[in-house]
Amino acid sequence: MIETRAPRIAIVGAGPAGIRAAATLVDAGLHPVVIDEGHSAGGQIYRRPPAGFTRTPEQLYGPEATKARALHVLFDKLAEEGRLTHCTRSSVIATHKDRLHVLGEGGVQVISYDRLILATGASDRVAPVPGWQSAGVYSLGAAQIALKAQGVALGRRIVLIGSGPLLTLVGAQLVKAGADVAAVLDTSSWRQQLQAFWQLASRPVVALRGLVLRARLGDRYHAGVTLERIEANTSGVAALRWRDAGGRERLTPCDMIGMGWHLRAETHLADLTGCAFIYDEQWRQWLPKTDEMGRAGNGVYLAGDGVRLLGADGAEIAGRLAAVACLSDLGRPAPPVSADLRKLARLERFARGLACAFPWPDEMVRALPDDAIVCRCENVSAKAVRESADFGGGEANRMKSLSRVGMGRCQGRYCQLAAVELVAAQAGCAPDAVGRFRGQAPVRPAPIAAFLRDG
Amino acid sequence: MITAGRIVRLAERDRAEMPFVLDGQMRSALAGDTVLTAMLASGYALRSSEFGPEPRVGFCLMGACQDCWVWQDEGPRLRACTTLVVEGMRLRTTPPETWP
Repeated sequence: MIETRAPRIAIVGAGPAGIRAAATLVDAGLHPVVIDEGHSAGGQIYRRPPAGFTRTPEQLYGPEATKARALHVLFDKLAEEGRLTHCTRSSVIATHKDRLHVLGEGGVQVISYDRLILATGASDRVAPVPGWQSAGVYSLGAAQIALKAQGVALGRRIVLIGSGPLLTLVGAQLVKAGADVAAVLDTSSWRQQLQAFWQLASRPVVALRGLVLRARLGDRYHAGVTLERIEANTSGVAALRWRDAGGRERLTPCDMIGMGWHLRAETHLADLTGCAFIYDEQWRQWLPKTDEMGRAGNGVYLAGDGVRLLGADGAEIAGRLAAVACLSDLGRPAPPVSADLRKLARLERFARGLACAFPWPDEMVRALPDDAIVCRCENVSAKAVRESADFGGGEANRMKSLSRVGMGRCQGRYCQLAAVELVAAQAGCAPDAVGRFRGQAPVRPAPIAAFLRDG
Repeated sequence: MITAGRIVRLAERDRAEMPFVLDGQMRSALAGDTVLTAMLASGYALRSSEFGPEPRVGFCLMGACQDCWVWQDEGPRLRACTTLVVEGMRLRTTPPETWP
């Protein structure tokens, strides 16, 4: 086919994956449109504070400062030189037939594309703990963003709960910044963590850095805990009830709790573009299906934590690969990829180790008392979710219609995995047999006024 | 006054002060604060839950959970974690009286 005009390529997300994809396309002489919700590029991991803040990248990103700075400088230069179009503070709220509906400050505009690269990232994978609807319960990512982008701690006395690399990292960052961190409670046991030793040893420097951070937490850190209940008063969180690895009851007063069990891929847009999904047993979630380059078919490419939870380094590589796949599908010359594919395989091995060392707390979720809230948006209880299985069987979308879990303002981002676990237990099947919520546009709330046109 | 609320400022405290109104009272934020930071540095809630008795104060801070939409005296609601506070903003933790 002879090209009559330059292909229009849209990239959603300006984190490490989106930035590398954009730069690779620009190198090949194309002019991508990059749509992102941030005020500047960097994504959540390399998020930049607003103008007027003075901490250096070294203070903000620690040992990752060089990588962060390189990505920021690269992207800003390409945007300044007009070699790409950067739509800042803009959300893609729907896709339909090669068109993106983009909500920005001026309302909704339609951007047409020939090829689409989705680099939508991930958010915290959270599990309900009784009382987690109380004010002062945040995700671990929220605690990190507050510190990084605003220089604040979200409470005066903090307890962090969950499992995964972010638990230790956020704890160490808050302690270093001078916050009062009362406890860092890991639901994974030391034994579980040691089982992944050889996989984690595939990135010795990263693994070692994690252990050093862990050491800085000192006796605040406890492995193998059981989380019982978040106690609250009228203004919010007052204490956490938990049991240590030896089964002893503990009560830790606090006014803020950060929680997270690793990450959950953000897949709403991939779903709306018609991507196939497969259930990943190790990550315990549905992930979009692509080839090793990130091709999902129909001119859609996926990169970064929105498709494979490999972290920022993996996202940079995956962003390059998705762009190369896109270029080769357009019949254009593209840089070689074998070194990138090798690196990605090593990161994948490490990430599988993390998934094994810091697992999703399925038993804790299944044991939730009936009165515990599962959906924080609309305060849907575990009882209502369990009862939906009695009427609708163990199927995700029937559960949604019957109990309203997943129908609230977060659109299931923070309740789906737990709700599916509960219904699977009730129906006596595996979580993947329950299926997943159908994605619905708009994937972000949009005011009606945004769709009105003058005249 | 700056640390009279739920959150604690640990760094970047040398920014210019910026007055805004919270529930009819004059408050002070710092230039570059998000609406969420500004409101929670001066108070304990962003809004009340529509489905339970508890106040809400945001959850993800990355525009994904939509827990932090707040009312203004006039004009559209704002997502507090992704909107920067502007001088003279009139924010409220309850819906305006005109809301049905």
